[in-house]
Amino acid sequence: MEQNKKARILQGNEACAEGALVAGANFFAGYPITPSTEIAEYLARNLPRRGGKFIQMEDEIASIAAVIGASIAGAKAMTATSGPGFSLMQENIGYAYMAEVPCVIVDVQRGGPSTGLPTKVSQSDTMQARWGTHGDYHAIALAPSSVRECFGLTIRAFNLAEKYRTPVILLMDEVLGHMREKVILPEPDEIKVFNRMKPTVPPEWYQHFEINPHFVSPMASFGEGYRYNITGLTHDPLGFPTSRPEEIEAKLNKLEKKITSNVNDIVRVEEEFMEDATIAVFAYGIVARAARQAIRMAQHKRIRVGLIQPLTIWPFPDIYMEQMSEQLEAIIVAELNQGQLLGEVMRTNCGKTKVYGLNRFDGDILTPEQIFAKIREVR
Amino acid sequence: MEIIPAVTYTYLRSKKKFPNVWCAGCGIGIALGAIIRAIDNLKLDRNDVAMVSGIGCSSRMPVYVDFNTLHTTHGRALAFATGVKLANPKLKVIVITGDGDGLAIGGNHFIHTCRRNIDITTILINNSTYGMTGGQYSPTTPFMKIGTTAPYGNRERDFDICNLAKSAGATFVARGTVYHVTLLEKIVQQAILKKGFSLVEVISHCHTFYGRLNKEGTAVKMMEWQKEHAIPIQAAAKLPPEKLKDKFLIGTLWDVDFPEYCEEYDKVIAQFQVPPEDSEGKK
Repeated sequence: MEQNKKARILQGNEACAEGALVAGANFFAGYPITPSTEIAEYLARNLPRRGGKFIQMEDEIASIAAVIGASIAGAKAMTATSGPGFSLMQENIGYAYMAEVPCVIVDVQRGGPSTGLPTKVSQSDTMQARWGTHGDYHAIALAPSSVRECFGLTIRAFNLAEKYRTPVILLMDEVLGHMREKVILPEPDEIKVFNRMKPTVPPEWYQHFEINPHFVSPMASFGEGYRYNITGLTHDPLGFPTSRPEEIEAKLNKLEKKITSNVNDIVRVEEEFMEDATIAVFAYGIVARAARQAIRMAQHKRIRVGLIQPLTIWPFPDIYMEQMSEQLEAIIVAELNQGQLLGEVMRTNCGKTKVYGLNRFDGDILTPEQIFAKIREVR
Repeated sequence: MEIIPAVTYTYLRSKKKFPNVWCAGCGIGIALGAIIRAIDNLKLDRNDVAMVSGIGCSSRMPVYVDFNTLHTTHGRALAFATGVKLANPKLKVIVITGDGDGLAIGGNHFIHTCRRNIDITTILINNSTYGMTGGQYSPTTPFMKIGTTAPYGNRERDFDICNLAKSAGATFVARGTVYHVTLLEKIVQQAILKKGFSLVEVISHCHTFYGRLNKEGTAVKMMEWQKEHAIPIQAAAKLPPEKLKDKFLIGTLWDVDFPEYCEEYDKVIAQFQVPPEDSEGKK
């Protein structure tokens, strides 16, 4: 079946943009920033070719605002940026979460803090994706490790955003964004695309922020005859600002439960050689690629080591990691930062396993040799 | 005139959220009345009206009216509205903002939305202060006037909003006051009809903070000031310069035509859209 399909050479950024188109994205607003700009360029060319719309806004704050506005008016909308722009977007990402507006935010990570290393790789926005906006917030963030995964996880990001009426973050990185590799993309009919649930009740019964057992309410768009209010102020099910304690608690509970009661659907972990492993390398994004190679090197030396690659970073795969801590003696958390998911791994294994950080933050990727050396060291 | 309130009431979410947040005597309610009557005169379908606002006293307006209403983050109403309009150009998008929301924190979006000439009607209610947070100086607080953060007099220059909009590329610019309420209704109506970015500056008052800090008296006194200092643009042409000193112009100040952004983008789609099977694999 695969041989009938056309192989393509695609850049990670292009694969992400192509994934967005396949997922049905018809709106993109963004602002140029290295190393994410190719996503905007690809969509500026290809969105109007498919009847969609692209706009270059005056900054990243305006970009995420336009994306949210477009989604409210019925579009499937996305923006793409890098660290500094991601920081600027944080207030409105919180707005999208509070107002329950589906949208996708791609962060092609570069070195920070501040302007940092525009053309160099990093995974130092991992925690920003979780805690960047103010207030209690439950994020969904996905992390691809190959060009093929950039395509697939962009589609998944849209599906989760639409399914749960919430912003979803795709955490890419500079190497992944700019790397070109051969990919065989699935045919459109092989891809599952999920669209937001629409109301079936007459407008007078409609509650835009209805509280129901699924914690996700159907979503009418502006202009469809359901006239309602949206606000970033804490609101009641009709969308009107409230200061009643019971309504405030119900709203914030709904936002939390929407994510925490669906972790089994949202969280995805890939593993390799984990059946009998006593050591695991925990790696995500581009580092998972190097880790795969390192693990093969270790297998040759008969070291029982496996790979844990979370495709979903947030919510963190707590349950999976708790189970693994029973089996493992040591976990190496390999990241291109000073240790961000290291703390999460330690939290979830409650001291049962030795946890080692392998951190590189000099602008280059961790190599298979570095990871292999660490495996030998902790063994 | 008795029927005028009846029209406005039919547009209010009266059961939901009254009384409102505004102080007794505030000008924002007067502006709201004019906007509702303008919409009613134009016989717009309420399902097609989207009212978008930022943060501040004036930005609390949308919640009270029975349209598609969107109360966003501070300064960002025009950026949200750009997304709404571009995603569904059939909607009549009306942005409600104030001098702080629209010109300070939202100043960048203001000039770029003017420049882009997207079909959005912006009603900027200028009361020369941050009312909601208690009377701090804003980008339109006149030189040497008092704010709680300018206790020794504001040493910054104030913006001329209409000239700013015109220079930035707005195709329709008008100014009214909450005293000249029939004129306000008329220019809001023109602004909504205009294909392109339109700005209506509404001179209002904040007697609660700005008026009290600057000893300008009651709401009525401050509205009398509006009456005495506003000169209709037609009348101004016939007046000698000395009579225009310390005065401001009201009416339609600027009205030109330029291609509207959404229509231009639709032309791009019409020209470059390809059937799905042809777009595969091409760039």
